[in-house]
Amino acid sequence: MAVQRVKFYQTGSFAVGNRLLDPAMRSVQADPARTNAITSGHRACCGCGEALGARYVLDAALRATGGKLVTVNATGCLEVFSTPYPESAWQVAWLHSLFGNAPAVAAGVSAALRAKGRSDIRVIGQAGDGGTVDIGFGCLSGLFERNDDVLFVCYDNQGYMNTGVQRSGATPPGARTATTPVEDQTPGNPFGQGKFVPLIAMAHEIPYVATATIADLRDLEAKVERAMQLRGARYLHVLVPCPLGWGSDASDTIRLARLATESGLFPVFEAEHGEVTDVSPIRRRVPVEEYLRRQARFRHLFEPTRRDDLITRIQARADATILRFGLIDGKEA
Amino acid sequence: MRAQREGSQAVALTVARCRPEVICAYPISPQTHIVEGLSAIVATGELAPCEFVNVESEFAALSVAIGASAAGARTYTATASQGLLFMAEALWNASGLGLPIVMTVANRAIGAPINIWNDHSDAMALRDCGWIQLYAQDNQEAADLHILAFRLAEELSVPVMVCVDGFVLTHAFEAIDVAEQELVDRFLPPYRPRQVLDPQAPVTIGAMVGPEAFTEVRYLADETQRRALTVIPRLAEEFTTVFGRRSASLISPYRTEDADLVVVALGSVLGTLAETVDELRADGLRVGALGITTFRPFPTGAIRAALHDGQRVIALERAFSIGSGGVVSADLRAALAGMDCPLSTVVAGLGGRPITRPSLRRLIAETARSSDDPAPQQLTFLDLDRDQLPRARGGGAWPSSA
Amino acid sequence: MFQIRIHGRGGQGVVTAAELLSVAAFVEARHAQAFPSFGSERTGAPVVAFARIDDRPIRLREPVLEPDAVIVQDPTLLHQIDVLGGLRPRGYLLVNTGATLDDLGLGAVAAHLPLGHAVTVPATALARAHLGRPVPNAALLGAFAALTGLMSIDSVAAAIAARFHGRLSDGNVAAARAAYEHVKGVRSHARAA
Repeated sequence: MAVQRVKFYQTGSFAVGNRLLDPAMRSVQADPARTNAITSGHRACCGCGEALGARYVLDAALRATGGKLVTVNATGCLEVFSTPYPESAWQVAWLHSLFGNAPAVAAGVSAALRAKGRSDIRVIGQAGDGGTVDIGFGCLSGLFERNDDVLFVCYDNQGYMNTGVQRSGATPPGARTATTPVEDQTPGNPFGQGKFVPLIAMAHEIPYVATATIADLRDLEAKVERAMQLRGARYLHVLVPCPLGWGSDASDTIRLARLATESGLFPVFEAEHGEVTDVSPIRRRVPVEEYLRRQARFRHLFEPTRRDDLITRIQARADATILRFGLIDGKEA
Repeated sequence: MRAQREGSQAVALTVARCRPEVICAYPISPQTHIVEGLSAIVATGELAPCEFVNVESEFAALSVAIGASAAGARTYTATASQGLLFMAEALWNASGLGLPIVMTVANRAIGAPINIWNDHSDAMALRDCGWIQLYAQDNQEAADLHILAFRLAEELSVPVMVCVDGFVLTHAFEAIDVAEQELVDRFLPPYRPRQVLDPQAPVTIGAMVGPEAFTEVRYLADETQRRALTVIPRLAEEFTTVFGRRSASLISPYRTEDADLVVVALGSVLGTLAETVDELRADGLRVGALGITTFRPFPTGAIRAALHDGQRVIALERAFSIGSGGVVSADLRAALAGMDCPLSTVVAGLGGRPITRPSLRRLIAETARSSDDPAPQQLTFLDLDRDQLPRARGGGAWPSSA
Repeated sequence: MFQIRIHGRGGQGVVTAAELLSVAAFVEARHAQAFPSFGSERTGAPVVAFARIDDRPIRLREPVLEPDAVIVQDPTLLHQIDVLGGLRPRGYLLVNTGATLDDLGLGAVAAHLPLGHAVTVPATALARAHLGRPVPNAALLGAFAALTGLMSIDSVAAAIAARFHGRLSDGNVAAARAAYEHVKGVRSHARAA
């Protein structure tokens, strides 16, 4: 019998290859014939949440589209660690243009394919939070407003990590970054700023908006599959912890994603045409402290003195999010 | 077919005949009539399959074009002035990626102060970005150069900018022969990309190139663009064969052979210059005009061949490098190195100020009379109104409220 | 070469008038150029447009500095803008008004021009009557044809019909022809006087 090298990835307590499951129900990653859209050899940091997320997203998309996929990538960690010339980790048709234009470039690819009668080939645009919520925001809104046939995926690690951990519009309040340093009594990133783009996407009433994290990879795959069943502008916002930027253990990446959802800070839901259609309930609620304590970017909340004032405010945000989305017992505000 | 039309309409019709597959543009004076014309044509369905994408900014316009071109579609956009600058990053990206996008630039001044009228500051500001730059003298050229541009771009895998003086040409009505579809098809075959986004044969486009290879990539970009210096004349000849009329090429000399003084210029002013040359010749002054059609790559060889020792040269420029001097002059001076061609720089027509025959006659006559060689960095501003300067200075505090 | 300058306000069809003049010349196999001097779209603001007609290709791109004819679509501009600047000594002046040249303070100017070269025409009224809208440009072109003899009224009509359709075309052509007849009448009166 020929020896076949198969790579398995253990993901926390959820093993990927469950041979009791119907193959269609299994993770794409359980399939030795999976596309490996982003394959080994890339230069991501140990424990990179984005690398994990991108692999799951694209392999799921390739399965859903029968391999007929073009990917447009913004400048950022994902692009940098995957294409060190003359090597590339991509095994999918892939284009990187600029930092702020991935949504527009993806729209252009989509238009070209339509003009050529090849709308069977689907398009994914992807970027980090910087390229999505800040510099790419104008183009993103344009894509949404035109309802271009593109799935846009934001890998949100809550900062400009590739350039040295600077604050973005997705950086949470209270986080230390290189441009929101902690001095005396300052909280790091100020409270009262920031934007949650999934809600803005919903305001455009596009066919599909969803959030996901790398803590629940099957959910992530399912959402990609759902998105690829639809046409028009679709948006997927994936929380991907960054050990370097968050100051966390490389082995904690998935755990932190889970704590972000279980604390209520990051709501996991789906929406269509501006209305929430489904939420992932919190199974075992945790106080935000359990999430914050594992990240050096929040250390100043605990040392040298405990900042109960700030921790309380962060807890209040989590409480409000739980109420707003009905994350516990379906009870919405 | 020859008809009395607006320049913009002729450009729109010609671009349509080039069978673009994706058109995307953001409105900005004075390019708007071109894209409006194209959107009307697309709406009739006669261009199908063609996607017209209404984008949210010029940056988005060129970005959509980049995606479309990389996916194998013949792509077109148009802009001017502020819009060109807004897409600056994308301009470099498109040329760096070797995408044969064709774009009309309806030349217009750059603010502040805001000014919507014609000069060349916009395209000149981006002369280094790797795009081929062609400047139309009149609206027949403006239309025809687009056909040449698509063919040139796709042959070299280099994007091409066709510069058409804003308002002066774009909004002028004149008799223009818009090329027939059959002839365009004969001259311009379907686009075959050098590399393309194709799931069946996936490639990575836009990798990160470090210090060890970046210089080589840039060297190749320069080498490729310079090939246009031989490709353009060849295509111009082929154009004449197919369409039966003259095509713009690298330069366009007018009565330069025996001239004592030659005025070098780009764009629509060449028409007025030709009239002025004829008038001065009738008065006994041996003057000529040299139009530069292909500005990037700079046609050094052609210019050296068109001029000869002993000729005085005036570079008449519609843009300049603030704090330094002429832009075209700098390239011209380098091109004329070793030749005895005293060169003076005259900046004219900024922000839409008309360049008139009386002013040109005065300028040329004065220069011809003067025996001094011009100081290298000296800038003359044609028709500078010194009486306005105190007010423009803001009566004391500078900068003023302009 | 014959150079024309047209003055009016935004919304009165000044630019279109220049364009139609150039088309009418083209119809007669002559070379023509028309272009505006203007900026952002703004109703009511003073607008100037130019046209050149010649039997040789026209290469000039400068504004018309010494017009052979000036058309004033809006007489309220007369004392705001130097509409007559550069008008050639044997040039033509056509003013859209129901008043007389003397009423408008143009009597002296008219006297310096050759007899019959300065003419008024109630183009707005004619446009209202034939078109139902107070847009005088087409009527003025008919008047211009009669005043200068530079092109036939049929060429003007052809240019209008190529640009407009249906009732708009018919109305504009009717207004142009009416204005043409009006000016012809005025000129033969002037010659007879």
